[in-house]
Amino acid sequence: MERPVNNPWLNRFAVFTAAATLILIGIGGLVTSKGVGMAVPDWPTTYGYNMFLFPISQWVGGIFYEHTHRLVATVVGTLVVALTRWLGGRPARKPLAIIGSLEVLAGVILPRLNPKLTGAGYFLSGIGGVVLLAAVVWVRNEPAERPLRVLGWLAFFAVQLQGLLGGLRVVFYWDAIGIFHAALAQAFLVLLCAIALLTTSWWQNLRAKIPLQADRLRLRSVLLGVTVLIFAQLIVGATMRHAHAGLAIPDFPLAYHKLWPPMDAVSVASYNENRREVNETNPITAFQIGLQMVHRIMALVVVCAVAFCALRTRRLGSRHPLARWSLFWLALVLCQILLGAATIWSNKAADIATLHVLVGALSLVTSALLTIVAFHVLIPGRAAVPAAAQPAKTPFASAKPAVPAQSH
Amino acid sequence: MNLHFLVMPALLAGLQAASAADIIGTITLNGTPPPELVNTAIAADVNCGKLHPEPVTTHFYVVGPNKELKDVVVSLTGISGKSTGASADPVVLDQRGCEYTPYIFAVQTGQKIIVRNSDPAPILHNVHATPTAAGNTEVNVPQASGAADLTISFPSAENFLKFKCDVHPWMFAYATVVDHPYFSVSGADGKYKIANVPPGKYTIQAMHRKASGGKPVTQDIEVKDTDVTLDFTLDAPAPK
Repeated sequence: MERPVNNPWLNRFAVFTAAATLILIGIGGLVTSKGVGMAVPDWPTTYGYNMFLFPISQWVGGIFYEHTHRLVATVVGTLVVALTRWLGGRPARKPLAIIGSLEVLAGVILPRLNPKLTGAGYFLSGIGGVVLLAAVVWVRNEPAERPLRVLGWLAFFAVQLQGLLGGLRVVFYWDAIGIFHAALAQAFLVLLCAIALLTTSWWQNLRAKIPLQADRLRLRSVLLGVTVLIFAQLIVGATMRHAHAGLAIPDFPLAYHKLWPPMDAVSVASYNENRREVNETNPITAFQIGLQMVHRIMALVVVCAVAFCALRTRRLGSRHPLARWSLFWLALVLCQILLGAATIWSNKAADIATLHVLVGALSLVTSALLTIVAFHVLIPGRAAVPAAAQPAKTPFASAKPAVPAQSH
Repeated sequence: MNLHFLVMPALLAGLQAASAADIIGTITLNGTPPPELVNTAIAADVNCGKLHPEPVTTHFYVVGPNKELKDVVVSLTGISGKSTGASADPVVLDQRGCEYTPYIFAVQTGQKIIVRNSDPAPILHNVHATPTAAGNTEVNVPQASGAADLTISFPSAENFLKFKCDVHPWMFAYATVVDHPYFSVSGADGKYKIANVPPGKYTIQAMHRKASGGKPVTQDIEVKDTDVTLDFTLDAPAPK
């Protein structure tokens, strides 16, 4: 039997897990900003030590950031397994036991297939052990509603894929994995924040507080589109950061003193010739310059789109949650623009660049949560008339009307 | 055993050595190099900072009083498959004072690079070589203070193959890997010497990481049986 979530401790745990993930993204951002992603050459061991036993006296230089990132990632992984078990309830024990056993088995087999996968084998054995532990937890709690269970399982698989990607990036030296690792981190945070939102009493009572409205402004589609746009913007940002080439364009708001910088071979050679950085980053390329220009243009589009959403949601009423959150969202995106500029003006100072990553993640989360709320409290314009008479079903709730739908 | 088989090759080798010549010259920099940057990160590091009572700067352009330019790799071009790297003496790349020494060096394909950590405990480094040429393999291995030397070699030619240490993100060295023994790296006096070049017409290139846009500057040369002097001038970047 499934039941609506009404457990404040589950919500607190989900919020705690999401907060830990945000911290993890921050530390991961610092790892990339400081260019120390390969400071620990082995994985999941650290300089040959079991990662939990690595002497604190040797947490120095780049090792400090990378090792801390791995430890916090382990904590987040464990939290997510526990969250999945909590959301899935007693019926989750069986699939967890099967998955955990398979992971332990894969952990034993992989190193025999390819010695370079020894680290992956250790990782799978370790996480498989945690999953098995979650499976044997005797608490006979009931499962949450289906959307939450699905989100829980998605987070469960995402966190393990994320850990594996992070490790394989170290073992196989593939920069492209780093980009995917960074993008998945953002999507993963959105998942956890969605779980946190859906477990709040605010969400449970939202239908009782906010009457269903027809989405005549097409806000659902607009918000979803902006969320996709912001996610694409974050991927562009991750691609720029993982080129390890420092600033492809060192000035802002102009670019090499022009509105559009020359990107021919002679100009790019001249840019590289004049670059002087203590951390001798890779030479920049025309592609990277173009990518930063795309990032700037997309930033402008995102600001305009968010401002548009903030204006449109005002039509729902100034006290409507979508209207209020949209203002916060707009403030966040404006702050993000300033941080982007500061990243350039500070010559990509690690702390500012990392703050830029974090506020970017928060912008995406806000956007995604607004979209979820919009899909919950707005119904398609064309369905407005029948919806007034029929219980509305949204992707996030079963067809149980909280209050009769009203139209404004 | 027929002694001719031993004597004749030795005689031929001797004749070739006798007719070979050295190419020598001086590299100078045209223009004023940009000022070096002070490395504040090394001073801030709890262990490495202690090793440097004086400020440490970058060394992009090491220029003498008469504009002599250090760290220029000079080599013959268009020669391949002549590497004697397997039998050549190893080159030592040391980590001392949380810096790689030398900053710029050249080796032959297959020549051993001995990587050493001469820093005191508890400083540990990760030796991270990041080649880009096909056939050369990326290496990233830890090396604690006092640990055994590492031995690395590369099978493919490549310009300025980067070594770095991610623990200390300011540490870099660049190895140019060539497929023959006819190369040299200019010293602090800007001088270089390519020894025992067989007679013939060659193109010779001089390449610095930064000067002349990091692009090779080439000249044609004919070597006979006497030493040849060939100087190069590389350009500093135009002021922004």
